[in-house]
Amino acid sequence: MRAKLRNPDREVELAGGRPLHQVLHDLAIQPDTVLVIREGELLTRETHVAHDDILEIRPVISGGDGR
Amino acid sequence: MRCTRCKGAAVIEIRRHNAAYCRDCFLVVFRSQVERAIDDRRMMDRGDRILVAVSGGKDSLALWDVLLGMGLEADGLYLGLGIGEYSDRSARVTRGFAEERGARLLAVDLAETYGFDIPTAGRKGGRSTCAVCGLSKRYVFNTAALDGGYDVIATGHNLDDEAATLLGNTLRWNTEYIARQSPVLPAKARMVKKVKPLYRLSELETAAYAFLRGIEYVLEECPLVEGNTQLRYKEAMNAIEARSPGTKAQFFLGYLDRGRPLFRAEDTAEIGACARCDQPTTGRFCAFCRARAQILGERLEPPPELQVAQELSDEVLPVEMYGAAAEAG
Repeated sequence: MRAKLRNPDREVELAGGRPLHQVLHDLAIQPDTVLVIREGELLTRETHVAHDDILEIRPVISGGDGR
Repeated sequence: MRCTRCKGAAVIEIRRHNAAYCRDCFLVVFRSQVERAIDDRRMMDRGDRILVAVSGGKDSLALWDVLLGMGLEADGLYLGLGIGEYSDRSARVTRGFAEERGARLLAVDLAETYGFDIPTAGRKGGRSTCAVCGLSKRYVFNTAALDGGYDVIATGHNLDDEAATLLGNTLRWNTEYIARQSPVLPAKARMVKKVKPLYRLSELETAAYAFLRGIEYVLEECPLVEGNTQLRYKEAMNAIEARSPGTKAQFFLGYLDRGRPLFRAEDTAEIGACARCDQPTTGRFCAFCRARAQILGERLEPPPELQVAQELSDEVLPVEMYGAAAEAG
């Protein structure tokens, strides 16, 4: 499977055929800090990720003092 | 994973509530959390004119979307910070959001109106880039709200923002700041009421709301934010939250219920008017005017009409003091 990461934009190849939380663990990403999107749908941690899936992993944390 | 409400397929899990939701149920729950925040804290009344501070990010646009959906009179205010392509993209996204919904968007350009942009402020000012950015936003939002006759300024600060701010102030024991931190800052002399209706919702939830509502928002982080302490505090809180879901909410919501009353005596600041711009301040000049003068390399003086008033009062004051001292002696 392929994961598209942001800030900075990059792509990584990872093993599929397992739950999403294992993929995020390999990437050292805490599940509550990202949205994971596959074909326009949000995935939960338990979702099974296939070998040929393409995932967008979008961070949700934003910084700065003023909004 | 099944939706806690309808048992359909879940798209998001909220671990601190031990719950998961499908798209439709999540949107209902999200909106009800915003409504609860507004009602519990008496943030606004029907008929209030609301100015939403919008940056093009997920939080402010999600907030604006919810407020418009509630049928409230909510206009947006975008502040152009002059941070290159990042600001251009933020302005475009914000304009697109407003046009799509037929909402009113006000815009202020920091460089055009005040003579400096944020990258320049970061290089020439005595504060960090994020600090002067936050300061400029607060100043411009308040000024624009006063000029436009708005009753309330609403910002997109979420639970993560508030918990990180509280953590930072607690680590330094900034007791005055701790005392003042609240989802509602009431109106005072020349200060428009400020509210944070997303304070019960995490960043994950605001991002999911924006995504599920099809809101286009700026995904990239501000290029000037690197090394920001707020981000470090968020990372620390997220590390705790990963092992103990709910800690962030307990920390901040618990502070509001049980901690804040203990710090009330620390909020001693007396608010006066800035001698330069008449905006609220605890000193002679407000922090924005001081920062701006430093950035522009100007000497900070009151405008001519205020200088005349000052000179007249200076003439009178010593005589009165002398007279009083002579009498006492």
